[in-house]
Amino acid sequence: MPANMPPSALLDVRNLRVSFPARGQMIPIVDGVSFTLNHQDILGLVGESGSGKSVTALALMGLIDAPGVQVTGSVCFRDQELVGMPQKKLRHLRGKEIAMIFQDPMTAFTPVYTIGWQIDEQIRAHERVSRQQARARTVKLLGDMGVPDPERTANRYPHQLSGGLRQRAMIAMALSCNPSLLIADEPTTALDVTVQAQILELIRSLRDTHHSSILLITHDMGVVAETCDNTMVLYSGRVAEYGPTSALFASPSHPYTAGLLASIPPLDGPRPLRLPAIAGAPPLPQNRPAGCAFSPRCPYAHTACTTALPPYIATGPDHFAACVLPQEGTPLPTRIRNELVQESPQP
Amino acid sequence: MTHSTSASAQDTRPPGPWRMALRSLRRNRSAVFSLGVLVFLAIASLLAPYYARYVAHTDPFVSNVAGSIMLNGQEVDIMQPNDNLLHLGLSPIGPTWHGSYLLGADSQGRDVAARLLYGGRNSLLISFCSAALCLVLAAVVGIAAGFCGGIVDIILSRMMDIMWSVPVYLFAISLSIVTLSDGLHLGPFIIESDNLILPICIIALVYVPYAARPIRGRVMALREAEFVMAARCLGVPRWRIVLQDILPNVTSTLVVLGPLIMAMSLLAESALSFLSIGVQAPAASWGTLIQDGEGLIYTRPMVAIAPGLAIVAVVLALNILGDGLRDALDVRDASHREQ
Amino acid sequence: MLMAALRRLGQTVFVLFGISALVFAVFFATPGADPTARIAGKNASPQTMQKVRQEYGFDRPLPVQYAIMMKKLFITQDLASYADRGELVVPEIIRAAPVTVSLVCGAAVIWVVVSIAMGTLAAALKGTWIDRTLMMLGLIGISIPVFWLGQVANLITQNRYHDTWLFSWVPALGYVPFTQSPWGWFKALVIPWVVLAVLFIGVYSRVLRADLVALSGEDFIRTARAKGLSPSRILIRHGLRTAMVTFVSLFGMDFAQLVGGGALLTEVVFGLPGVGRLTYQALTNLDLPLIMATVMYSAVFVVLANAAVDMIYLLLDPRVRDAR
Repeated sequence: MPANMPPSALLDVRNLRVSFPARGQMIPIVDGVSFTLNHQDILGLVGESGSGKSVTALALMGLIDAPGVQVTGSVCFRDQELVGMPQKKLRHLRGKEIAMIFQDPMTAFTPVYTIGWQIDEQIRAHERVSRQQARARTVKLLGDMGVPDPERTANRYPHQLSGGLRQRAMIAMALSCNPSLLIADEPTTALDVTVQAQILELIRSLRDTHHSSILLITHDMGVVAETCDNTMVLYSGRVAEYGPTSALFASPSHPYTAGLLASIPPLDGPRPLRLPAIAGAPPLPQNRPAGCAFSPRCPYAHTACTTALPPYIATGPDHFAACVLPQEGTPLPTRIRNELVQESPQP
Repeated sequence: MTHSTSASAQDTRPPGPWRMALRSLRRNRSAVFSLGVLVFLAIASLLAPYYARYVAHTDPFVSNVAGSIMLNGQEVDIMQPNDNLLHLGLSPIGPTWHGSYLLGADSQGRDVAARLLYGGRNSLLISFCSAALCLVLAAVVGIAAGFCGGIVDIILSRMMDIMWSVPVYLFAISLSIVTLSDGLHLGPFIIESDNLILPICIIALVYVPYAARPIRGRVMALREAEFVMAARCLGVPRWRIVLQDILPNVTSTLVVLGPLIMAMSLLAESALSFLSIGVQAPAASWGTLIQDGEGLIYTRPMVAIAPGLAIVAVVLALNILGDGLRDALDVRDASHREQ
Repeated sequence: MLMAALRRLGQTVFVLFGISALVFAVFFATPGADPTARIAGKNASPQTMQKVRQEYGFDRPLPVQYAIMMKKLFITQDLASYADRGELVVPEIIRAAPVTVSLVCGAAVIWVVVSIAMGTLAAALKGTWIDRTLMMLGLIGISIPVFWLGQVANLITQNRYHDTWLFSWVPALGYVPFTQSPWGWFKALVIPWVVLAVLFIGVYSRVLRADLVALSGEDFIRTARAKGLSPSRILIRHGLRTAMVTFVSLFGMDFAQLVGGGALLTEVVFGLPGVGRLTYQALTNLDLPLIMATVMYSAVFVVLANAAVDMIYLLLDPRVRDAR
């Protein structure tokens, strides 16, 4: 992965590995993930369910505490090492420096307190302010996030708000202490399509209004294309490809990325009768193949792929892929060829 | 769908849910130990008629106030003068190590150890039978209410609510006291007031709402399950759906509730017997034994303590077993509640 | 909110009717002997039997009997006991009620405080030996018959260890009214409070721990952690506060049932002249009107208390407040 990073990087993750115990074995769910996130950048983290996106995010926050879990590697945030940092110290970063937005705003608020109470609580957990000052800031934040009538909304309970409003409140809460890093874990998945666009727009604007860097986790390539500066594709707990969004979309260097892109319906030209899909399913973490984890599904797979882990190959400025093909000179088409994809079954 | 009808599972097939549960139960050491304790106590007290005379050497149901036993070659009266200053009054003999009266005698000179065995017989029989009866009734009510829904559900649930509102012990006391004086007359059938069927039915009845509620909840969830929907869409008759799809899936709830209800039944039985409206003299149960010991609690505490310990041991074992079963079968809604 | 309250009220009225009909049926329609004989008591004279039959209308149809009984119980309150020389039953119950309320309230304070402490501690230390020990203690508490525990407590505090410094302060069995001597009242009730609370400490600490452990997997607990709150604040302000919703509804039911007569065994063992012991005395001399009256009054109390708890529930859980 990228070798020489400028010291200004906000977040520098090196070889992050998260292993869960299962049947006496340690299963690495996240396996050697490295990336950097610069100030006021938006990085998209893409992958299918089970690819380790959320576990990566939770590991950054130090929120994984299932018994027996091992987190190794290095997470450097503003020159502080987060892996192995005692919970007590980590707690002061959480919510203040690093904030998180969750997928389902329905269940992410404690049901028995008002929205305002919960935002006040976060402010007062990190700053010495009075109740009134905290509430004033809460109301202003809610207003900034486009919540109508913020004063009354602050006094309402989570179940009384719509999904979109709740997610806006969630974002307001995450931003309440001006965090320099905002992790958004599928922030739009549980919302209606129209609301999704509004929330994405809001998240995009945060980098200018609040000077935040954002780690956006999603499984939706469309969301990434619209929102992110850089994109990282995860496959089975490992980084498949990393690069500037435009370069990655224009010329994917990993067959998996290419497959993902091919599954987006084209905006112009003749509409295909069926959208292509990648055949097969990702391997379970406990029986990953010896070489490239994508090799069983990859039409280009050959001996080099099944014997050793593929190295990270630079295919452009800041653009890397974990695949032997670019090195071997096999070109990948921008729109994937038919042998990679299989017609999706008739619904 | 879990059809447990195909019991002849070959070894090549993956283990069914019951096998898995059994496996995880076997790993739970405290549950296995509890089961062992229960089986031992059950056998010990159920076989009492065959060997209790070797424990007691006297009839445990006949007063033996004038009797005496041999201790260290001396003849000792069973009723002995109190060891207070004036030697006023008599107390039964305390625990001895000489073959009989292991736990001493009660106020009528009867052997407590032997009565403990016979009492356990009644206590365990009543609590087991009433738990079984209660579960059958609760399953009928719960399945009817949960599966039929609508007006049937409303009527049955309201009835359960009403029964639930009377404190359990008061309900049991009321039923006991009205049947105690003259027994129960159901047309040509007359159940005498000293028949064990009475406490069994009464205790079973008062715990029906407790057991029916989780069963109804389970059935209502099952009714909306896809495999039941599918069966209904295929036109499978309702009674077959109940028998083939609902009942096997409710069984796990029943299995978990079983030990818990039996634990509560045992406590209820001992409470009723303690109030002398459960098992009637001369028959004994652990509750009546504690009642017998009440007057002797300061002089011969063992008379009341022994049956109490027996109750605690059995109820604790049942509760641990129930917890183990709940974990093994992963049933959440069978909550552990007690009056 | 108003609609929810009105619906609850309608339900309550229905359950009240149902319960009175049930109790009436148990006492007067159970197949068996003539209810006249039951009311009149053992070996009643033919004159008494005739008088009872007249008074209760046992020669008239069941609905009329029901109406007469309800009138005697709740309106004129002149239900008299025949076994006990015509003592009026309802005032007797009302006189005994303060004892029962004293007993149950004290026990409730103990069991709520102890079980919250035990349940929270066990949940916080999930999987450790402390957790396992506390939960095993709870299970033992659930498994002890309360009347036997009371006897053992008496044996220890009244007899075997009464002469040691530890229990020399324990007064003889019985009750001291609060108005007469608050300190005496307290001393007389401490041991019964603890004995009565043991079972509920077991039940509540186990339920609370299970709830807290289940809640710890919820999304909102993860949010609370992501906010950078301290573990104790997460456990208490978020976990415990949410678990309180179930806790309170359980508590309301148990409290009502105990006041309504569930504390009978404790009262008997400790010689406390409450409603429960009144029922017990009625049992021993087959005083049916008294038993029926206590059962009826306690059932009515339980229903009303449950309705009150539901109202508190509305205040505690904002979701329920709007849903109905």
